[in-house]
Amino acid sequence: MATTYYTEDHEWLRVEGDVATVGITDYAQEQLGDIVFVEVPETGKSLSKGDTAVVVESVKAASDVYAPVDGEVTEANEALSSDPALVNSAATGDGWLWKMKLSDTSQLDGLMDEAAYNAHIG
Amino acid sequence: MAGPEDKHLPLEDLHKQAGARFGAFAGWSMPLTYPAGVMKEHLHTREHVGVFDISHMKLIELSGSGAGALLERACPLDSAALPLLQSKYSFLLNDAAGVLDDVIVTRLGDDRFMLVANAGNAAQDEAHLRSLAEGLDVTIDPLDRVFLAIQGPEAEAALNKAGVETGALLFMHGVEPRDGWFLTRSGYTGEDGFEIGLPEKDARELLEKLFADERVMWVGLAARDSLRLEAGLCLHGNDITPDTNPVDAALMWAVPKSVRAEGRFVGADALRDLIARGASEKRVGLKPEGRQPVRAGASLFDADGNPAGRITSGGFGPSAGHPVAMGYVPATQAAVGNRLYADVRGTKVPVDIHALPFTPHRYRKG
Repeated sequence: MATTYYTEDHEWLRVEGDVATVGITDYAQEQLGDIVFVEVPETGKSLSKGDTAVVVESVKAASDVYAPVDGEVTEANEALSSDPALVNSAATGDGWLWKMKLSDTSQLDGLMDEAAYNAHIG
Repeated sequence: MAGPEDKHLPLEDLHKQAGARFGAFAGWSMPLTYPAGVMKEHLHTREHVGVFDISHMKLIELSGSGAGALLERACPLDSAALPLLQSKYSFLLNDAAGVLDDVIVTRLGDDRFMLVANAGNAAQDEAHLRSLAEGLDVTIDPLDRVFLAIQGPEAEAALNKAGVETGALLFMHGVEPRDGWFLTRSGYTGEDGFEIGLPEKDARELLEKLFADERVMWVGLAARDSLRLEAGLCLHGNDITPDTNPVDAALMWAVPKSVRAEGRFVGADALRDLIARGASEKRVGLKPEGRQPVRAGASLFDADGNPAGRITSGGFGPSAGHPVAMGYVPATQAAVGNRLYADVRGTKVPVDIHALPFTPHRYRKG
């Protein structure tokens, strides 16, 4: 059973066991506008909370996506190299960014659930 | 985000109604995108008609028997040779021939001209012109107008349908079709199109008619930037600045031969020196390999890792279908096809010198 968490930086994490799939929220993709390139991390890269994990490039600007928790990248979404607009059209589905093995699942306690996130974006 | 000190467009309510997302540019709160998004807005302009609110830019009317003389002091321009109703792209230069602003000058009468200045430079331009006008019979009048750009292959048809006759007006010509109106066939997209300065009340009426036409779409500043970049047009503050000159910027086509030789404009001596010396660096188009955009501020290197210039504008070109950029490179590296490398967050992205524009101009020249 997967649980979904949200961050104040407009990311979502879908956690199954100790593996999280990470993406940006629909609200975030709307703010960024048309996405034309996504620089994804290498598999095996170790990330600490707050590190830049991904750079999302819209027509106009580049935006960093930060690692929401500590862990190691197990997979990046390779589909984004040919179709970066998936982040716009399916931010919470096929437009996921990377998967990571969590080093400390207790870090999830500091994140928001969907109701709290919806209140956060007002 | 726009801050509290930013100026607001007279038609801001219309942009809010249209769902615009706002951001700060040159001291103004400007519509960046509308709900269609930058990609659709850009492509729509190339296929149909995009309407841009460019009221942040300033129309400055120069009149009096000294108006032509003032222009010849301020710009490398032969005002006497400018035919009635014709427009000319030119610059305000400093003593070092650095570009204070790029402007479009249109002759509206024997002793009357309109100058279009960039938003961020308008106040400075006006002060500069006033200081050069000493001893001349000239009135410098910044006008209070809404300024709209109506751009795209169907711009003429849409304007005509909205009751504005564009007649036989050709590219880089301007007229005053109604009281308080200034209409030119020009723009900043590479497409056929028009720019209209007009009183706010008239603008609201015109927009209501224009938007009854399904070919017409609001287009924000984000697509204005991607359109002009594909068209190879300079953005003052990025691609040309008071520290760059028309020789290096590859803009000498805008300076007539007679003016180069004999003009007595501010910066004339420096410009002649630069011409004699030749360009040390050159503004060029740059095409990054792959899909990753290369942005303004990125440094360029040659294959051996030696510094080889800088990117001054960069983004994604929705019509080109790939990233597009402009920048300055050493004159010896400026040949089309030459490969350089841009530093993007520590990665060297290959970029090739590319001819400008990236998308062909489609101006109505006759």
